[in-house]
Amino acid sequence: MMLLATLDWYSLFFLLFALLTCGFAVGVLFSDNIVHMAFYLTLSLGSCAGLFFLAGAPFVGAMQLMIYVGGTVVLLAFGVMLTANANFSSLRIPRGGWVVSLIVGGLLLVLLLTAALRVESWRTPRDEAVLPLAEVQTATVLGAGLTGVRVDKLHEDDPVTRRGMSGYLLPFVIISVHLLVVLVGAAYMARTRIYRRSASGNPRSRTG
Amino acid sequence: MAEFFVDRLSLSAPVGYTLAALIQCVLIVALIGVAALLFIWMERKISGRIQDRWGPNRVGGKFGWFQTLADGMKLLTKEDLAPKDAQVILFRLAPYVSFAASFSAYLALPFADGWVIAPMTMGLFFILAVLGLEVFGVILGGYASGSKWSLFGAIRQAAQVVSYEVPLAMCAVVPVFLCGTMDLVAIGEKQAGLFTNWLVFHDPFTFVIFWVYFTCTVASVNRSPFDLPEAESELVAGFLTEYSGLRWSFFFMAEYSSMLLVSGLAAILFFGGWNGPLPIFHCIGWAYQQSETTWRLTGYLANLAGCVNFLAKAVLGVTVMMWVRWTLPRLRIDQVITVCLKYCVPLAAICFVGALMWQTLAWPSPNDLVPVTPAGKAGVREQWVLQQAKNAGRENLVGVSGPATDMPVTDIVVRPLEQEGGEG
Repeated sequence: MMLLATLDWYSLFFLLFALLTCGFAVGVLFSDNIVHMAFYLTLSLGSCAGLFFLAGAPFVGAMQLMIYVGGTVVLLAFGVMLTANANFSSLRIPRGGWVVSLIVGGLLLVLLLTAALRVESWRTPRDEAVLPLAEVQTATVLGAGLTGVRVDKLHEDDPVTRRGMSGYLLPFVIISVHLLVVLVGAAYMARTRIYRRSASGNPRSRTG
Repeated sequence: MAEFFVDRLSLSAPVGYTLAALIQCVLIVALIGVAALLFIWMERKISGRIQDRWGPNRVGGKFGWFQTLADGMKLLTKEDLAPKDAQVILFRLAPYVSFAASFSAYLALPFADGWVIAPMTMGLFFILAVLGLEVFGVILGGYASGSKWSLFGAIRQAAQVVSYEVPLAMCAVVPVFLCGTMDLVAIGEKQAGLFTNWLVFHDPFTFVIFWVYFTCTVASVNRSPFDLPEAESELVAGFLTEYSGLRWSFFFMAEYSSMLLVSGLAAILFFGGWNGPLPIFHCIGWAYQQSETTWRLTGYLANLAGCVNFLAKAVLGVTVMMWVRWTLPRLRIDQVITVCLKYCVPLAAICFVGALMWQTLAWPSPNDLVPVTPAGKAGVREQWVLQQAKNAGRENLVGVSGPATDMPVTDIVVRPLEQEGGEG
């Protein structure tokens, strides 16, 4: 009972989920079967969703589950379909692959770290009394931002700071249209090609 | 529940929360276990009656009450086999993945007003997200079995679930914009009153969209006529071919528990959740009012009756699914995808726009004919607002002035786009 009371549960769960996330991410790297990779990736992304839930952001957590973990399921299905002709075939990495991936991954890490460290409030210790999200527990603000109104900037008088008020509608729409194009393109490329015996005697002219 | 342990029994916060979490987990496992026992018995009995025979009638008396227990014993004693070609780790893990997914969706499912394990502002979204993960275990199991039947079943399951998630989400969105919240407790509470206030009777479009939702859920929990992944007549048993014993039964537990889950979700989204067809407990004043923050016995009893009500609706939904299973023949895989893409998606889209129009133009709904509703839709607050009020009350009670008391109880509530016509 005393042990329960003295433990810092938040840190404990944070460490647990962080370990799971990183551990399974390493598992993705070091396995050579695409289905194993997808399985580890799912677990890693799922633990990442756990981190979001722990941080009190259930919307982002559920998003993570829906988009990333759900998307990986589709990836898994494709992986199975593409590799199923040889039983449990493995992917071999070309010899120079490690170097290239190290360079790309390292560059990405540097980019992300510099971007993250530029945020002022992430570098300094958090003031416990000021929890900006504590009183806004709905995603309304986020949703309104995506559809064009930045609720958090409405009170700004300065025209320069009000510039962000138009919200994220344009990028949002651009991304949606882009995804639609990708979907249509994928459907076009994956469509069944029907071969018919044509009248000209050419036995396999493509019609579909 | 955790607040009860901490406040009333004066346990320390971590102990209280751990205890509450344990109790809730045990309750949910018990619910799923009992539900699976009951549903398997019901399935046998209903299929028997539909096929004009008795069904189980020997084990445990006239009605074969203990048939499922006997089945369970048989499953327990079966040998736990893994095929020679299987990838053993994935093969053994897959049933647990399926079961865990359908189990954890219960985290956000409310059983009565405020009776929910993890009160989330986006409970519906969470449930939809987690429910989609159940297919993961099926694909893994099918792939790792090293058998072509299993692989066919798994790929069919993937195609089916991924396609049916689209119309399913479109159907689930309609109650969200009619209520203006994704909080399932708030959605349920907004349908308090006579049964005319249930969203399925809100307008013709919601009535249609409930049936689309029902079709999609039947497909997404892969029940017949959509049980292509385990089509016995063509694929031996689909993804279940190589499984035996307890692992096989884990897949079935997952299937039955997600049947209960989607039926419960349908009850909340379209059939008023824990609110009965007649608002008896509201009329005699037992049910909790929105502004109330304290516990009382009559409110607890009203909630208990609500819970029974909710479970009855959910079990009724499962029964209808069984009825459908033993009535309709299995579709072909191309017909399954056709039903989804050519019928369910357009229907859902049309009904979505229609219901939106109905709400925005404030066209009349049957509920307008009813003179009195106990709580208007606009009066219902989301859970986090109530929780803040409750917390503020607790802090005042104890006399500790923390940062939470200084914080005003925010009144940002996502209101419905339009107030109900009758209240305006």
